[in-house]
Amino acid sequence: MIQQTLYDKLWASHAVRAEDDGTTLLYIDRHLVHEVTSPQAYEGLKVAGRGVWRKDSVVATADHNTPTDHWEEGIKDPISRLQVETLNANIKEYGAKVFFPFLDKRQGIVHVIGPENGFTLPGMTVVCGDSHTSTHGAFACLAYGVGTSEVEHVLATQTLLAKKMQNMLVQVEGDIPRGVTGKDIALAIIRRIGTAGGTGCAVEFAGSAIRALSMEGRMTLCNMAIEAGARAGMVGVDEVTLNYLKGRPYAPMGVAWDRAVAYWRTLQSDPGSKFDRVVQIDARELKPHVTWGTSPEMVVTVEDRVPDPEKEKDAVRREGMERALVYMGLQPNTAIKDIRIDKVFIGSCTNSRIEDLRAAAAVVRGRRKAANVKLALVVPGSGQVKLQAEKEGLDRIFKDAGFEWREPGCSMCLGMNADRLEPGERCASTSNRNFEGRQGTGGRTHLVSPAMAAAAGVAGHFVDVRELR
Amino acid sequence: MQKFTVHKGLVLPMDRANVDTDAIIPKQFLKSIRRTGFGQNLFDAWRYMDEGQPGQDCSKRPLNKDFVLNQARYKGASILIARKNFGCGSSREHAPWALGEYGFRAMIAPSYGDIFFNNSLKNGLLPIVLDEAKVERLFNEAAPFPGYALEINLEAQVVIKPDGDSYHFDIEPFSKYCLLNGFDDIGLTLRHAAVIRAFEDKRKIEQPWLFT
Ligand code: SF4
Repeated sequence: MIQQTLYDKLWASHAVRAEDDGTTLLYIDRHLVHEVTSPQAYEGLKVAGRGVWRKDSVVATADHNTPTDHWEEGIKDPISRLQVETLNANIKEYGAKVFFPFLDKRQGIVHVIGPENGFTLPGMTVVCGDSHTSTHGAFACLAYGVGTSEVEHVLATQTLLAKKMQNMLVQVEGDIPRGVTGKDIALAIIRRIGTAGGTGCAVEFAGSAIRALSMEGRMTLCNMAIEAGARAGMVGVDEVTLNYLKGRPYAPMGVAWDRAVAYWRTLQSDPGSKFDRVVQIDARELKPHVTWGTSPEMVVTVEDRVPDPEKEKDAVRREGMERALVYMGLQPNTAIKDIRIDKVFIGSCTNSRIEDLRAAAAVVRGRRKAANVKLALVVPGSGQVKLQAEKEGLDRIFKDAGFEWREPGCSMCLGMNADRLEPGERCASTSNRNFEGRQGTGGRTHLVSPAMAAAAGVAGHFVDVRELR
Repeated sequence: MQKFTVHKGLVLPMDRANVDTDAIIPKQFLKSIRRTGFGQNLFDAWRYMDEGQPGQDCSKRPLNKDFVLNQARYKGASILIARKNFGCGSSREHAPWALGEYGFRAMIAPSYGDIFFNNSLKNGLLPIVLDEAKVERLFNEAAPFPGYALEINLEAQVVIKPDGDSYHFDIEPFSKYCLLNGFDDIGLTLRHAAVIRAFEDKRKIEQPWLFT
């Protein structure tokens, strides 16, 4: 028997047929749909007179355009409203297994509702017209983002055309220090390999540090795989996976559960299986990370300073750094801890799950938002996360500290709704992209973990969360 | 999909690495439910001095004169040369739609974001990969030479330079076949509907919990 990686197994178990050049039709088990990347796909179906192949594979929700406050007033922006209404109409016409529309209490970010309801199960192929679909790989799925043409292709054929990617292993060993999270591991990996480091690869995260992470932490890590250039990130099944899934509304039960678990336990890379690339990270050396620039690879630890482009030898990189510093309004060699912020955003499919909110609340408890921080926004990833947080009293902790407690959605991760940065505003954000204009035209984003964002919110500038008592 | 066979066109150099899809087409334009109308907002934040809004008349907006797209010598460009990791970031197919509608037919870069690469192929926009040294030469040759044009022959898989020199590029045979013929993938895939159905039936027996 040839030793197979987890990715090899997932690939082989979904390959329907292949062309001579290896282009393969891959069967798709779960198709997540949201309002932004689907209207043109449904329109394409309509124009061609085609139907949806398997509507019980579709799970849909509205998340990108929805407001996070005053839900009773509906969606004010008419263009956003039309997009959300178009999704309603399309799901009504073409069907879905489940649809959580705007205002439903289970509505939320597509990558949060999938796992929490058990729509995402080990061994599946999961796709969505959204690059952060890699999140679902935390459940030993082959999960990746596709474009709108591919959304249409999956709707019409239940398959995707794909070429096998390379196998890459990121092995993180050792105890994770206090104050270091899945987010910091992700940023440390991107710092090491760059934003194109995983291009063309399916990345498996393994090692004792990964096994020690909760499912939330693993999802954060797989979510950011795309920021390392990898279309898919994944983690093998273990007890943590199974414990998370057991009892989820759409997870199998009874005999079916036992049968499923027996199969799921095989979803790991065989010992001695071959990877095209291997990166090793020592978890014990990791520290909280903060991005300083306009690409996730422009990242340092909280103890560092903003780098100096003069020390960079590569001309393209140097120019990129100089441009980023101008955009970010930063001087080289400034200590990260001296950077003052205007806003805080705790949310997004990277860090809006219950564990993230608990971590942020633990920092905020008994403290106040700093006077120079104009807005500190806490946006739970889904209605269910919100409910759970409120049960635990986290909402009170945030509100008492002057943080705003909002309705679920993508919110200021990309600012398609009203939540955004004004030009020049600087934000400590738990999201995944610090690109120019991502959180609002001219806005300046620093990516951090939830605890680090909360700490910056109470201090008014970045602080080392490990130094808080 | 528009066929791609041979294309000769003016080159536009986009001299920065990691150009993400948020830069290619900013989020406010993603609210559209149509497939067209994005060309005027290609690189919106870099191209105009004000903040763009969907549905706006862009002809009166103040231009950023320094931005390469606004320089007279690149008017009508249809081949974009770029640095590494072009089109990284989000899966928005609006990015290749915007590039295509603006008039680009091909791109040349050392690497691309994977999803963007795929999306481009599905829209008849050819993403050519050449190694960094060759891309660097193209940048150096294009800069001092207004009107610098390249010819791309997909059948022969070559980029032909004005000096007659040519660079070979690789492309997956299946993608090449679809581009050359302008085929729509869905139609091709549905020829295998029976095979997909059989695969699905087997899966229902092996992993019934996926079908409840
Ligand atoms: S939270 Fe942000 S990254 Fe995640 S799906 Fe929404 S917009 Fe995309």
